[in-house]
Amino acid sequence: MPSVAFKQYSDDVSLLVLLLDTNPLFWSNTSITFSQFLSHVLAFLNAVLGLNQLNQVIVIATGYSSCDYIYDSSLTSNHGNFERSGTGMPPLFASLLKKLEDFVTKDEELSREEGHEDRTPSCLLSGSLSMALCYIQRVFRSGHLHPQPRILCLQGSPDGPEQYVAVMNSIFSAQRLMVPIDSCYIGVQNSAFLQQASYITGGVHHTPKQLDGLFQYLTTIFATDLHSRGFVQLPKPIGVDFRASCFCHKKTIDMGYICSVCLSIFCEHHKKCSTCGSVFGQSKLDEASSVSDKKRKAPHT
Amino acid sequence: MAGEQVEKRGVKYKSSIKDPGTPGFLRINEVMLLFVPNDPKSDSKLKLQTKNIKSHKYTKEGSNKPPWLYLTTYQGRNHIIEFENYSDMHTCRDFVAALLKSDEEPKKAAVTTSTEQLSIKELELRFKLLKENSELQRLHKQFVESKVLTEDEFWATRKKLLGKDSIRKSKQQLGLKSMMVSGIKPSTDGRTNRVTFNLTPEIIFQIFAEKPAVRQAFINYVPSKMTEKDFWTKYFRAEYLYSTKNTAVAAAEAAEDEELAVFLKPDEILARETRQKIRRVDPTLDMEADEGDDYSHLMDHGIQRDGTMDVVEPQNDQFKRSLLQDLNRHAAVVLEGRSIDVDSEDTRIVAEALTRVKQVSKADGETTKDANQERLERMSRVAGMEDLQAPQNFPLAPLSIKDPRDYFESQQGNVVNVPRGAKGLKRNVHEAYGLLKDSIVEIRATGLSDPLIKPEVSFEVFSSLTRTISTAKNIIGKNPRESFLDRLPKSTKDEVLHHWTSIQELLRHFWSSYPITTPYLHTKVGKLKDAMSNTYSKLDAMKESVQSDLRHQISLLVRPMQQALDAAFQHYEADLQRRTAKSSDGERPNGYV
Repeated sequence: MPSVAFKQYSDDVSLLVLLLDTNPLFWSNTSITFSQFLSHVLAFLNAVLGLNQLNQVIVIATGYSSCDYIYDSSLTSNHGNFERSGTGMPPLFASLLKKLEDFVTKDEELSREEGHEDRTPSCLLSGSLSMALCYIQRVFRSGHLHPQPRILCLQGSPDGPEQYVAVMNSIFSAQRLMVPIDSCYIGVQNSAFLQQASYITGGVHHTPKQLDGLFQYLTTIFATDLHSRGFVQLPKPIGVDFRASCFCHKKTIDMGYICSVCLSIFCEHHKKCSTCGSVFGQSKLDEASSVSDKKRKAPHT
Repeated sequence: MAGEQVEKRGVKYKSSIKDPGTPGFLRINEVMLLFVPNDPKSDSKLKLQTKNIKSHKYTKEGSNKPPWLYLTTYQGRNHIIEFENYSDMHTCRDFVAALLKSDEEPKKAAVTTSTEQLSIKELELRFKLLKENSELQRLHKQFVESKVLTEDEFWATRKKLLGKDSIRKSKQQLGLKSMMVSGIKPSTDGRTNRVTFNLTPEIIFQIFAEKPAVRQAFINYVPSKMTEKDFWTKYFRAEYLYSTKNTAVAAAEAAEDEELAVFLKPDEILARETRQKIRRVDPTLDMEADEGDDYSHLMDHGIQRDGTMDVVEPQNDQFKRSLLQDLNRHAAVVLEGRSIDVDSEDTRIVAEALTRVKQVSKADGETTKDANQERLERMSRVAGMEDLQAPQNFPLAPLSIKDPRDYFESQQGNVVNVPRGAKGLKRNVHEAYGLLKDSIVEIRATGLSDPLIKPEVSFEVFSSLTRTISTAKNIIGKNPRESFLDRLPKSTKDEVLHHWTSIQELLRHFWSSYPITTPYLHTKVGKLKDAMSNTYSKLDAMKESVQSDLRHQISLLVRPMQQALDAAFQHYEADLQRRTAKSSDGERPNGYV
């Protein structure tokens, strides 16, 4: 997907914003454990950073009640002397994991405070997409030379239909900024949001079948920078699930009513649009006799 | 009637008996008679509306006269058409006779045959549209020429195309000549002392446009004080005096003859107009006019019209005109273009029309007192320098940033969900978070798993991805945004698209003919139905003929077309049945077949 190409100093520099799903309700019942998942992801990040010296990686954690920036490879404080908590982790990612742990603690507190409205066990995709786009916008305004940004969404939680409007808004902003949203969905059901996001912005969507080969999927499909995507064939989904959720009940619907002024979607007939306030006229289906009835009446006179 | 129209080549058109005749091509149809000469340069083209033909006569076959057909119109003009042989003449004569007879019949013919008077212009327009738009031409050929639709029905739905075009065809205006009026040289007769000027309406128009004083004088003096001829004589006398550069004589004659003086003086009206223009200009905006426009008073350009540089006595200053003045004035008028459309030969009308135009433009430009005031204020405001002004403290308006939560919360509405025990959820969440944190701690301790990924797994992933990519490529094509149509061979694609447009056209006419109230509509529907069945079978044939890998997609594309046709057929059948059932009942309401 070509982006603002004239601002490039080198074609294949990429800025990858990774949206990591840390929804505990999802991770508590999956085939792959969170630590295995993390090791695949961290190795993948390392690989991306190794592809080009100027590549940048940003990680945003998508939690249950909040989102936060976890890691930014362009900040030099990461490489500083960090106390080695064990022999295992390379210092590059020690700060990432520390921040992740802090984030999870905070998220837990927030979800406890929030009370317990019943909602689907979804992660806060809209929030992290917005944060990613804000970061990218800042990069755009930073100067002439900057890498081509793209967003990679690693998610397993199902879609939350109450976030439909916000997610669609972020997707359209990404389309406007010409930032492709790739998505890798590791959950069970299908995510309509992610499919639509990738389709609209020109990114790649894939659902890996084998989760223990996740690293292979990530490096094969999602590591290519935007310039090279012109020469490389990536798997594209055959169809896209374009279902929307209605604005009144947040249910996913196939057929519904649409306001002709603001294009809000409703599942049942309303007198007035709740978004823009326009009054709807009477439906044409209510009108009586069809033309053929009238015609039949004429000869009898 | 003998036929729709008659066309003949090798005819000659004569406007009178003595005229040798121009060879050309003749076409007569119901509405119009058109004769086009073979030689495009000759201008004896003839276009007649057949309703104007009053009577016709013809030369007899047995006589030794050539085969002529005389046509007389209601306007009293006679046209003679000479044919190559008598049989041609007879066919034309019969056609014209039939036309004349039918014209006399009262027009209670079927409402449906169109009685539009097609002007030649409209026919030309239609022709041009067909030529430009090949798709339209194809449709036209397919339907109108195979008599499925008549010409008028075809164009009835395309009124927008016709209407818009005709606006574009307004006549192009002729501009003004760049030859200057004062450059008109008279013809002199050496023997007698006479100088002859030639005056055409074009020149009159230019004189009036360039010299408003002359125009004003014309309106004032003619016909009250002098005839037009006298007026122009005086004018040209003044011109002659100018050309002789004899300012003394000019002054003398001006003193005698007051009308002549008008022509010799500098143009007052012009000077007034330019002064007004200068006043109106907003110096902060643009320099539309400045004092240099008042060129009649700039005496420092000393070159006279004939290129000499004489010194003139001051009191005779006003009787001199310089070349630059003339040039400037002429150029200004030419650039303005023709401000009026009056094509009349009457000088007075031209003069009055020009005056009216100038008055209107003056009235538009006149500024009232208030407007003037406002202009002055604006000028002073714009001309002010910011850093010399006193500091202005504008009152700050507070930002009103709406609370974004309003928007999102109004969307929440009633969120319906499966109710769960609150306590149970809390426990679940807490547990889940605990698990998550444990994972993180674990990975911090142990580091990345080693080996990260098993080679067999890796290989499986690769092979499945390759399979996915290759199958997707076969089904969708390299670019998922590319439509299926682009992958078809060009001829098939064109055919599919053409079928689509022709089906649309047919269906439009079909559905608009219902309910059937006249026999005309009945026949029309019948014809349409035949055409539609034709197209249906063509679609089937296309589906068969296409390659096997594209067949499925083609049938998907074609399906909606066939469904639409099926719906139309069903309606037709149902209607037919209803009609026959009713007629078999014995009811015969008027108008039904």
